[in-house]
Amino acid sequence: MQQRTPIEEQIDLPFMESLRISFQSLKIRFGRSIITTAGITLGIAFLVSVWTNNEIGLALQESGRQSTINTFEETTEKGISTKDIWLIVMSLIVCVVGIANSMLMAVTERFREIGTMKCLGALDGFVVRLFLLESGFQGFSGALIGALIGTLGAVLLGLKDYGLDLFFYFPLLPAQPEDGTMRLGVLVVILLGCCLGMILAVIGSSFPAWRAAKLPPAEAMRTEV
Amino acid sequence: MADIVVKTEDVVKEYRMGSNVLRALDGINIEIERGEYISLMGPSGSGKSTLFNMIGALDTPTEGQVYIDGQNMSQLSQRQIAAFRCHRVGYIFQSYNLLHVRSAHGNVTLPMIFAGIPEKRRNEKAEELLDMVGLGDRMYHLPDELSGGQRQRVAIARALANDPSIVLADEPTANLDTVIGREIIDLIKSLNEEQGVTIISATHDLKMLDVSDRIVDIRDGLVERIRNREDIEIEVGEVGGH
Ligand SMILES: Nc1ncnc2c1ncn2[C@@H]1O[C@H](COP(=O)(O)OP(=O)(O)O)[C@@H](O)[C@H]1O
Ligand SMILES: [Mg+2]
Repeated sequence: MQQRTPIEEQIDLPFMESLRISFQSLKIRFGRSIITTAGITLGIAFLVSVWTNNEIGLALQESGRQSTINTFEETTEKGISTKDIWLIVMSLIVCVVGIANSMLMAVTERFREIGTMKCLGALDGFVVRLFLLESGFQGFSGALIGALIGTLGAVLLGLKDYGLDLFFYFPLLPAQPEDGTMRLGVLVVILLGCCLGMILAVIGSSFPAWRAAKLPPAEAMRTEV
Repeated sequence: MADIVVKTEDVVKEYRMGSNVLRALDGINIEIERGEYISLMGPSGSGKSTLFNMIGALDTPTEGQVYIDGQNMSQLSQRQIAAFRCHRVGYIFQSYNLLHVRSAHGNVTLPMIFAGIPEKRRNEKAEELLDMVGLGDRMYHLPDELSGGQRQRVAIARALANDPSIVLADEPTANLDTVIGREIIDLIKSLNEEQGVTIISATHDLKMLDVSDRIVDIRDGLVERIRNREDIEIEVGEVGGH
C-alpha cells in the first residue's frame, strides 16, 4: 500500500474563537447555566454569611457590646469559640461539596458533546479551555453575587442582634486587636469567598472535562445521562 | 493496483467489565478501495459500531492495526489524530450527535473552525452544504427544532464540511421511517457517485443493499462473508421476485 499525503498536525484555535464558543454555549444554555451558577452562589453565600457573622460578633464583643438577645451559651470566653469554628468549617465543607457537585453534574451532562467535538477535530486542550472559560465566568459571577448576598445576610442578622451599634464597630478592614489574634475583616472575607468560589468552580469543571477529553470519543459519546 | 483507502489487520477489540472480558471484534481483516460504498451488515451486537469506531479513530483496537491512506493509525500523535478526524473523515451517527447548543449552520461550521478556515469562507461553505442537503430554509434553526430526517441532513452536511475522502455512517437510518430513511440513503449514495467519497456504513437496513458496492457481513465480531455487487443484485432480484 503506497504512502499518501502524510497526516498533518491539528492547529490550536485562536483564543478569541474559544471565548466566542464558550459564551455562545453559556448563552444558549442560559437556564441551565443559571442553575449551575446558583449552586456556586448558594455555597459562597452560606460560607460568607457564617464567616462575616463571626467577624461581626468578634468585633462587637471586643468593643464591649453584648448581644441584645440572650444566647444559650455563656459568652464568657474571649475570641472565637469552638462552636464558631465548627460552623465555619461545616459551611466550608458544604460550600466545597455543593459547588463541586454542581459543576460535576454540568460536565457529566456534556460528555456526549465533548465526544462529538473530538470527532470534529477538537484537541483535548480545546475542550479543557472551553470548560475553563465557561466555569471561570460562572464561578466569578456566581461567587461575587453569593458573597454579596452572604454579607447582606450577616449584616441583617447583626442588626437584629446589636442594633445600630453594628455600624460603629463594623469590622470592614483587617485588624489586630490586643490579644494578638488576627481579624480578617469583612472585605477580605468577601474577597476570599469570591476567590474560593471561582477556584472551586474552575477545578470542579475542568478536572472532569479533562478526564472526559482524554477518553476515546467513542467512550465519551456512549455516556447517557 | 487497487487503491486501498482502509485496511484492517487482525483487529481485535476487547471490552473489560470487571472480571469479564467481552471480545467484540475477533480478528477483522478487510480492505476497502477508494470510492467504494461498503456496508457493514450484521445483527445488533455483532460488532459493527465497534469496527466503525476503530476505522474512524474514535477508539483504539486491543490488538491489530488499522491503516488509513497507508498510514498506521496507532503511530499517529494526538494532534495528528485530531487532524485526521477533522479533515479526512466525516462521521454520521444513528442518533445524529448534533451539538444542541449550535444551530444547523453552527454545527456545520464547527469542524471548519477547528480546521482554521476563515469566518467568511466557512459561513459560505456551510450555506452551500446546507443548501445541498435541502435545508437552505432552516439554516439557523437549533437541532431541537428540526425533525429526525432534517437532523440527519445537518449531520451529513457537517460530515462534509472539510471535504473528507471517507464518510463513516453508523446506522444512519435506524431512527428514521422508511421513506425518510430512503431519502437519506439516496443522499449518501449521491455523495459517493458525484463526489467519489468512500462510504463505509454500518447498517442492518436492507434498503442499503442495492446501493452498496460490497457488503461485509459481520457476525460475533468476525467477517462472515463479503458479497459483491453482482451477488447482491441476484439476491435483490430474488427477494423482489417472491
Ligand atoms: N464500551 C463498551 N463496553 C462494553 N461492551 C461493549 C462496549 N461497546 C460495545 N460493547 C459490546 O460489544 C458487542 C458489539 O457491540 P457493537 O459494536 O455496538 O454492536 P453493533 O453495532 O453491531 O450492534 C456487544 O456485545 C456490546 O454489548
Ligand atoms: Mg451499533
